[in-house]
Amino acid sequence: MDAILSFRDIGKQFYGNRVLSGVSFDVAAGQIIGLVGENGAGKSTLMKILFSMPEIHETGGYEGSILWNGSEVKFKTPFDALDAGIGMVHQEFSLIPGFTTTENILLNRESLHRSVLTDIFSTRISMLDRENMALRSKKAIAKLGVTLDPNMLIKEMPVGHKQFTEIARELCRDKVKLIVLDEPSAVLTESEAEVLLSSLRLLANEGIAIIFISHRLREIVDLCDQIVVLRDGQKISELPAKGSSVKTIASLMVGRSVETQGQTDVADTYMNYGSSEPIALSVEQLWVDMPGETVRNVAFSVRKGEIFGIGGLAGQGKLGIPNGIMGLSPSGGNVKLHGKPMQLGSPYAALKRGLAFVSEDRRGVGLLLDEGIDWNIAFSAMQIQNKFLKPLLGGLFQWRSDREMLNLANEYIKLLEIKCTGARQRVGNLSGGNQQKVCLAKAFALRPDILFVSEPTRGIDVGAKLVVLETLKKYNSEYGATIIMISSELEELRSICKRIAIVYEGRIEGILPHTAPLDEFGVLMAGAKSETQQGGRSEN
Amino acid sequence: MEQIKRFLSDFGLPRIIIAVFLLALFMMAPAVGVNVPDALKDVFNRFGMNGILVLALIPMIQAGCGLNFGLPLGIIAGLLGATISIEMGYVGAYGFFFAILTALSFGSFFGLAYGALLNRVKGGEMMIATYVGLSSVMLMQIGWLALPYKSAVMIYGFSGEGLRPTISVDGFWRNILDNFMSIKIYDIFDNMVVTISDFWAYIPGIKWYGKIPGNDIGKWLYEPKLIFAFPTGTILLFLFVALIVWAFFHMKTGTAMTAVGSNPIYARAAGINVNRMRTISVMLSTMLGAMGIIVYQQSFGFIQLYDGPLYMAFPAIAAILIGGARVNKASLPNVFTGVILYQGILVMTPLIFNAMLKLDMSDVIRIIVSQGMILYALTRKTKVLK
Amino acid sequence: MKKLRLFLIENSVVITFIVLLAIAIPASKLPGQFLLQEILTRLGRSSFLVISLLLPIMAGMGLNFGMVLGAMAGQIGLIFISDWGVIGIPGLLLAMIISLPISVILGWLCGSIMNKAKGREMVTGYILAFFMNGVYMLFALYAMGIIIPVLNLELLLSRGFGLRNVIDLINVRQCLETFIPLKIAGVNIPVLNYLIIAAVGIFIVWFRKTKFGQDMRAAGQDRAVASAAGISVDRTRIFAIIISTVLAGFGQIIFLQNMGTINTTNSHEQTGLFAIASLLIGGASVTKASIPNALIGVILFHLLFLVAPMAGKNLVGSAMIGEYFRQFVSYGVIALALVLYEWKRVAQEDASRAMLRGGVAPDKGKVNTL
Repeated sequence: MDAILSFRDIGKQFYGNRVLSGVSFDVAAGQIIGLVGENGAGKSTLMKILFSMPEIHETGGYEGSILWNGSEVKFKTPFDALDAGIGMVHQEFSLIPGFTTTENILLNRESLHRSVLTDIFSTRISMLDRENMALRSKKAIAKLGVTLDPNMLIKEMPVGHKQFTEIARELCRDKVKLIVLDEPSAVLTESEAEVLLSSLRLLANEGIAIIFISHRLREIVDLCDQIVVLRDGQKISELPAKGSSVKTIASLMVGRSVETQGQTDVADTYMNYGSSEPIALSVEQLWVDMPGETVRNVAFSVRKGEIFGIGGLAGQGKLGIPNGIMGLSPSGGNVKLHGKPMQLGSPYAALKRGLAFVSEDRRGVGLLLDEGIDWNIAFSAMQIQNKFLKPLLGGLFQWRSDREMLNLANEYIKLLEIKCTGARQRVGNLSGGNQQKVCLAKAFALRPDILFVSEPTRGIDVGAKLVVLETLKKYNSEYGATIIMISSELEELRSICKRIAIVYEGRIEGILPHTAPLDEFGVLMAGAKSETQQGGRSEN
Repeated sequence: MEQIKRFLSDFGLPRIIIAVFLLALFMMAPAVGVNVPDALKDVFNRFGMNGILVLALIPMIQAGCGLNFGLPLGIIAGLLGATISIEMGYVGAYGFFFAILTALSFGSFFGLAYGALLNRVKGGEMMIATYVGLSSVMLMQIGWLALPYKSAVMIYGFSGEGLRPTISVDGFWRNILDNFMSIKIYDIFDNMVVTISDFWAYIPGIKWYGKIPGNDIGKWLYEPKLIFAFPTGTILLFLFVALIVWAFFHMKTGTAMTAVGSNPIYARAAGINVNRMRTISVMLSTMLGAMGIIVYQQSFGFIQLYDGPLYMAFPAIAAILIGGARVNKASLPNVFTGVILYQGILVMTPLIFNAMLKLDMSDVIRIIVSQGMILYALTRKTKVLK
Repeated sequence: MKKLRLFLIENSVVITFIVLLAIAIPASKLPGQFLLQEILTRLGRSSFLVISLLLPIMAGMGLNFGMVLGAMAGQIGLIFISDWGVIGIPGLLLAMIISLPISVILGWLCGSIMNKAKGREMVTGYILAFFMNGVYMLFALYAMGIIIPVLNLELLLSRGFGLRNVIDLINVRQCLETFIPLKIAGVNIPVLNYLIIAAVGIFIVWFRKTKFGQDMRAAGQDRAVASAAGISVDRTRIFAIIISTVLAGFGQIIFLQNMGTINTTNSHEQTGLFAIASLLIGGASVTKASIPNALIGVILFHLLFLVAPMAGKNLVGSAMIGEYFRQFVSYGVIALALVLYEWKRVAQEDASRAMLRGGVAPDKGKVNTL
């Protein structure tokens, strides 16, 4: 089979930060390629390069070449890629809610009645040819082997039908040869996903090539012909799906060479917490409604003074856990703090009980970008614990003490090595790493018993990373505080946590000691445990 | 060059144009024969008159509710306070403060309801505020007609019911603040007489007159010519209210309100009840508006009812924007510079244009400057990075 | 039964006004023939203006408070033909031709500014109308007679420049209404006005069915998706505003030729308010409006306009209360529509969040059995 699409030595760096290097593979007509990898492995960057998204040009282009039908191509805009016959179905629906199936399938490619006026002015004033449009959309739907009502409004459709409408839209292009599907089954129910997979097989039989990106390794193994595994921006392996097991792929995805020198030692120093310590936080039947990070049923407990890790792939729900417990997202379940039940849904109640949270969304949730460092650090402690306030007129008024706030800020600037022009500098002007330190300082200023830290090192440089992790350890050992760290970086979790829970599809798939071999973590992260051992998610 | 550019973008081109324009007007004034002390008197007067109305915008801007186009609602509370005080027949300082207290209580009540409404339409506050303000003015027109006011100074003489569109506060509390400790300069037989509160008089270059009963000046056969007057009381009250606003934003609640305006999600994560803060800010805005219109009336001399308050929000909003406020951030210096610049333009342009071109273009210039400024603020991307 | 309830909810505004009128019309004791004549006339003169609001709503830009710009352009056209003394239908046509390029420029300006203030188009249009009013006054009160030569000195103020407060449109006065005379049972029917309104109605219907109309609907519902599909959203939005402005200009010409005079500086001020209030009273919302909404709205709004003072006098003994009530209704209905729209928007955001829940709830039941 001749390849219709070939990647040749694709590499890409963003501002000196290498995210892809030397990736090459071929896609043949009618072939289904499964593209797998952890978050940040480079899957989406690769697809952005293929579609020539503006952010690729704006950051200096890419290395290597892309061959389409045997000749090198450099698309100028995503629309050129679409015109060449490459379709893309995004994770989020890109549909107009008040339009019908047909109107969406043919969005901006409607059939038109030609008229004299059209010739004089522009094609935009010709009437739509509704009959022909219905015909074309029916044809596209038929290719999928499903039944969709062409006149149904998108907003009235079940989720699965929306997904099919999106795919039909790509199919309806005249000469589409290749379709890229990014996590198409993430929002689908079990049976909808089944129908989707068989539709995709049908398309492949018609000669359309498919690149299928998914975290659901079971689907990848079932559906694809060939599997490409990316890790840290490199192609780690390319293997036929036939004969591969979910477990092998999972360990390929996460299995870094085990170079954790010293890190185990670090972890060992945290072995000394006694299992006799009382349970600080116990969580049962927790559900959290956080968009994109749904938590369905989570239970775990953490002992006093422990550093507990929560890992898992993006979108599986690990971020929902702290956001739910801290009352930022709607949630429910039984959460007990030092044995006493905790009220969910109120950030005030959680903070008042001695919890604190360093959010993964620094700029959105964690900071007042328009205010100074002093405000950012002191604000929560002021509002929750009445620190930095001077009572006036016998406590009738609570006057803010700017001086005390400034002193506190200066203290943390020194302690965390925050690089700034002064404690009053606008936080919006700090670098990501320094912003993260401000977020930590804000939490420390509350002197919490239990500290949730979510993605503490995401998007910050190596030096800042070290300071952040060291500070967390220090806070833990000095104050005996319990820390629950949520991170996508397994290595990071393994370096400072003793026990690590892996979240998959809104549940805790398993809890492992930090010393467990990497492939065990991989299996949990890919949900392969429940699939291989319990025979599929559906029975879970 | 870089610095100039940054200064321009921070300060905003329109503001610079307006400041330079005003400066040019003042420099031209003596040359074209405009009476500068008279103009200055007017500017100070209007500064005191409008100050609190502009101050009223700060809480809502700081809490992230945007420009309070619904200021007329607060003004209606003020009108209720003023008319009720007159209806009760209270005069002088007592009447004035009774009017303010009544206005504040109506204002807090209106603000509570208005705040509850705005909390349910987050993101679309400004348009809703506009039409809530306009509709409440329209609804109150019926009120002015139908409410059982009896005071003879306020109701239509012939029909016996319904309030007049303009009610003079003469004999009640006209200029009561303006005259409090006011500094006036008279020209009496070519002598410059400086008085404080029309009471302590001093003739520069000659001597202290000591105590002159204030009324005596007016009783002289020769009409003393007023050269300049400074409305000390009005400006003192404005500064006092500004001090209270400043203090409020230095307290726990005020700090929380600022955080809500800066980033409501941050505030929520810090345990702040965002809706409560927003409601408080709307109440404060409405109450300050209610108080502001009464201070305005004591200077202006009249209470304007019916559709009088319809477009009252625009001058205040234009002033604070000219002073450098953004749709989501405002400070006291914004208020002070804004009122001076805006009222300066309003006073100076007709004077200069009349003197130079024999043309009164003040209406047109007022509209273009104030609406242009609001338009500019609306189309500018809000600076907060998300 | 459920259908009936839905019908009642969807048409609650219209039904409220019908009930209101059912009380007010008999109370006003105005003769039926008078009311009928007035309504037919007002339908003929105001509908065009209301219809000019439809396209921006379709393009997701809400109520076009910037339509006042078009009204100004129309007035400029009328001022020039009055100056040049062009009479009758040709005069009106010439006024429209003059207004056209002005409307296009103003519409382009308005659309571009609104594109800079996405998400707050309405308040921006509202302020823009005030701002342009200042510019218009500059034109009418100072430029006319100084920069722009005026032939007919009677139009000018005694000082030699600037237009008089009121301009008599004697040359074109009611020439549409009288062009095809038709009188049924003592009631004059403005046939030509209705034909013109029918024509613009057909234009709107046709436009909706074109590719352009489809793009406009797409841009109105989801800017991001439309733009990802290659539709140039910004241009489409500007185009919607241009058409609306041009139609508003024509509409103002039709309106003023019926009134017979222009109040130079404030004829246009209430245009936007009345047109928008009419449309909303006819059952339209910020996101959805149709030609029937416009026509029903004009009838209901103007009936209220006509009967409110007399009804007020007969019901509560004061004509002014009726008049003030009518004014309150004009503003209040806009406030109500805006509040409903924002509530709906907030509710929709919640609903789309709920969609992402991805079956949190079903699991909760299962947990207990473990």
